[in-house]
Amino acid sequence: MDAAGLSGDAMVTVATSKLREVLEEVVDPEIPVLTIADLGILRDVAEEPGGRVVVTITPTYSGCPAMDHLRGEIERVLHEHGRDEVQVVTTFQPAWTTDWMTPEAKAKLTEYGIAPPRADVAAPILCPRCSDDASRLVSEFGATACKALRVCSSCGEPFDHFKEI
Amino acid sequence: MSTDFYRYLLRHGDDNLVLSQRLSEYISYAPELEEDLAVANIALDHLGVAMHLLEYAAGVGDNGHSADELAFHRSERDFTNLLLVEQPNADFAHIITRQFFFDAYQVGLWEALIASNDETVAGIAAKASKEAAYHLRHSSSWMIRLGDGTAESHARTQAAIDALWRYVGELFESDTLDEAVSAAGLGVNPASLRAAWEERVDGTLNEATLSRCEDDYQRNGGRRGFHTESLGHLLAEMQWMQRAYPGMQW
Repeated sequence: MDAAGLSGDAMVTVATSKLREVLEEVVDPEIPVLTIADLGILRDVAEEPGGRVVVTITPTYSGCPAMDHLRGEIERVLHEHGRDEVQVVTTFQPAWTTDWMTPEAKAKLTEYGIAPPRADVAAPILCPRCSDDASRLVSEFGATACKALRVCSSCGEPFDHFKEI
Repeated sequence: MSTDFYRYLLRHGDDNLVLSQRLSEYISYAPELEEDLAVANIALDHLGVAMHLLEYAAGVGDNGHSADELAFHRSERDFTNLLLVEQPNADFAHIITRQFFFDAYQVGLWEALIASNDETVAGIAAKASKEAAYHLRHSSSWMIRLGDGTAESHARTQAAIDALWRYVGELFESDTLDEAVSAAGLGVNPASLRAAWEERVDGTLNEATLSRCEDDYQRNGGRRGFHTESLGHLLAEMQWMQRAYPGMQW
């Protein structure tokens, strides 16, 4: 039986092989189009012999205020899938980098209106609305720690740029 | 060693906690909206580093004090932050200059601590070093804009340098604790960070048409818990709620 298919029933315990899939439901509270897997925050999911699920995550920025919220969300989602014993571990090694963001995640960011981090910082930053490569930096710090604020020189729209780190 | 290491973690945790609190006081007072965002974000980065270091210290110290208790229940004499970071937000030039001196120091500190043989310290340093480099880029560009700006901005920034210079020597002082922790490969001896710091600072000051303070009088004591008058006021504001309602959550 596909336990994940019955996720509405809290009495059903999700199969070990489906744990990662279930955690895909946890999204970043500030960029809700991205899941913790898309972002590279989710580092590992393991099950101990006694049935306890150990989820390892890593912070994007040292002071990322979403971490507490994500810990709670991970526990909630797993509890809903019948996993009572959940431990969320934070690791710092290796340090998170925007290189871990998947190409799909970067495409989702663009669609959401945020210029994604570039693989090569020498490459131009494209406006997420008109794709023009000319823009200017308005502020090195934006609405969240991970973003800078820019203005497109072509369409004139301001946009967030997810900074490369 | 574990006591030394605990105190070493506290020193650096305290630096970041106190500076975070100072920067937070300034939110909504910055000269422009972008700077308000910058100050808030930089404060948040320092708070994150402080939280990770104090949480780790709480585990290493194993003396029954949680990270929150270390932050909110210790008194002035127990804080071992540098005097520089507790200095008040006299004006925007002071805030930028304080940040510039500290960023130029932390860039070197974290870079060196990435090589710590303690995995947690190395991990915290790897993350913090990227943030410190970004902070330094921001504070350096402001030093240049202010120093090489109007007569007023130049004079104020030079005055800030002259007022804060007496606290920079302490960044590179080392005592037996630093020596023990660095000999064990866990930490870094602050004295080894000085030359690179001077190079970074002099380069930017030169471009900003600013200069070092001519008077080389230096103060210290922060690492031993002897602070300037400013810290007590900062702690009073930061700690009052947890002092009045211990363990309170929101």
